[in-house]
Amino acid sequence: MNPVTTIRSRTVALPTRDIDTDQIIAARFLTTTSKDGLGKNAFFDLRYNKDGSLNEDFVLNRPAAEGCRILVAGNNFGCGSSREHAPWALLDYGFEAVISTEIADIFRSNSLKNGLVAIVVDVETHRWLLDNPGAEITIDVESTTITLPDGSAIEFAMDGFARHCLLEGIDQLGFLSKQQERIEMFEEARSWKP
Amino acid sequence: MSTPTTLFEKVWTDHVVVEETMATPAVLYIDLHIVHEVTTPQAFSVLRSQGLPVRRPDLTLATLDHSTPTTPVSTFKDLLVAGEGAANQVRQMEQNCEDFGLDLLGFGSGSRGIVHVIGPELGATQPGKTIVCGDSHSSTHGAFGALAFGIGTTEVGHVLATQCLLQRKPKTLAINVDGALPPGVTAKDLILAVIGKIGVDGGTGHVIEYRGDAIRALDMEARMTICNMSIEGGARAGMIAPDDTTIEYLQGRPRVPQGAEWEAGVARWQGLRTDDGARFDKSVTINASKLTPMVTFGTNPGMVVGIDEPVPDATDASFRKALDYMQVEPGKPMTEAAVDIVFVGSCTNGRLSDIEEAARVLEGRKIAPGVRMLVVPGSEQVKAAAEARGLDKVIIAAGAEWREAGCSMCIGMNGDIAQPGQLSVSTSNRNFEGRQGIGARTVLASPATAAASAVAGHVADPRSYA
Ligand code: SF4
Repeated sequence: MNPVTTIRSRTVALPTRDIDTDQIIAARFLTTTSKDGLGKNAFFDLRYNKDGSLNEDFVLNRPAAEGCRILVAGNNFGCGSSREHAPWALLDYGFEAVISTEIADIFRSNSLKNGLVAIVVDVETHRWLLDNPGAEITIDVESTTITLPDGSAIEFAMDGFARHCLLEGIDQLGFLSKQQERIEMFEEARSWKP
Repeated sequence: MSTPTTLFEKVWTDHVVVEETMATPAVLYIDLHIVHEVTTPQAFSVLRSQGLPVRRPDLTLATLDHSTPTTPVSTFKDLLVAGEGAANQVRQMEQNCEDFGLDLLGFGSGSRGIVHVIGPELGATQPGKTIVCGDSHSSTHGAFGALAFGIGTTEVGHVLATQCLLQRKPKTLAINVDGALPPGVTAKDLILAVIGKIGVDGGTGHVIEYRGDAIRALDMEARMTICNMSIEGGARAGMIAPDDTTIEYLQGRPRVPQGAEWEAGVARWQGLRTDDGARFDKSVTINASKLTPMVTFGTNPGMVVGIDEPVPDATDASFRKALDYMQVEPGKPMTEAAVDIVFVGSCTNGRLSDIEEAARVLEGRKIAPGVRMLVVPGSEQVKAAAEARGLDKVIIAAGAEWREAGCSMCIGMNGDIAQPGQLSVSTSNRNFEGRQGIGARTVLASPATAAASAVAGHVADPRSYA
């Protein structure tokens, strides 16, 4: 994973709540054996009409969304399945961060492991971001702050370990593998064996 | 005296390899890892590129379920029914299992099936274990008092390589279900009512423990239905303390310990319950005796009403969008909705008792003209057991299709889908937009409600078909 330190971008807003992983990437696109190329299928059924033409009304298809790397979404984003294809698809599409008032557990864990910065903010900040799509904001992972266009900085909570991994681009498998000895000791010492 | 602890805390503590600190999460040991073809290929690629073996093939259970056809498979050509991508994924899983020394429960093994159906059925799922799988409904295994949750593909790689995961300790939520379920009201109705009450994000960050008389009265298959849908309330795991019902279910299954080890296991399992006075971070109480059969009307499992209640009015834009998608009108009950397709199956309701429940309604009746009904057993074992009881004959005689085991229309990856605009009454767990096919409208229900709806041709109250 490449280190992620700051993200400066205009935002795009998808205010619907409970956007599930099936909407982010539908099951019919999961018959892949690689992580690449999923971006073209992200939000497919929202981006395209039934006849296959582009849905011009969908916010991501509007010219203003072009180049936006920060997605502001309605409450409880990423609920549903454990498919890591969801953050893979969003990253491949070009997003680098997602902001909501609540982000589902498994989706958030999957996102952070892939360098997609998943951020939970307070209701007021969220409201402002939804009401001002296209605002240019800066996410700073080091100081865990979002800086709004007027210069005000809002702090967000992020697990210290996840933050460290993002900043250093740490692969968690490498970290776990270093625990090999402790894992062996645990297996030896258990009072019962699975 | 030691501080009273919850069931969850007992299982958690028993698996901590390295304690969590402010700086790092806990290293948690995993006792059973179930793998399938859809969420593992990229994890095996990581192992390959780093030259790593699977650390504990003996603690890894491998099968094929998500993208497999529900028509018979003996050659590669048969696999193509589900599409070329799906067929290749199955082939790659077979190759990965061979290369990494995993024993694959594949086609014709007699034991292949949905990950969350075969774990319990083989006795691999046991109280007090930590169990994970790259599928969010791993919460199912919590019905045995295991700590079981869904993980992403990166984490699948972590478990394959180290048999461990990095985890922060979640919070706890007690769901107390008092009273007794009325006749004709099932575990599926109960869990839909629970999700309706707590909301689809009510359990986020928490592990649920289901408690109370109504839970104790359920058999193991019904308990699995309950724990299965914990994730639909946002919780990663749901647990039920093991009791005599649990032990009776497990006795004699192929993968449970034998002899003295069985005795020791039973003794250990009996201690797996929440101590009196233990604290939960949150708790919710529901009375089971007031419940009726439940159906969903919207596009998430929390949008649910009693079968004879009117659909509530939209409260905001997201709600309105869901009603529009579903083409339902507030103020009217769901029983007015005409049905195109009915699905009985999935890890929520694809076990023997579920198929029996549907067959009881279908017996001596015909499904309505123009309705298609698929009954898909959760595993090859469920299929054989149902056929031994003659349930396949009842199902076929009613005009429904009796299929091979797999996830099928729960996720619609194998070609089993509803057509755009069609209304599907489904015993699965998710009514998300497009889950069962582009533009498909899904109504979640129990097997009895699904079968009654197939017969009536519209969403129907199963109590009229008893
Ligand atoms: S039946 Fe559905 S929820 Fe269950 S494992 Fe298969 S796809 Fe997942």
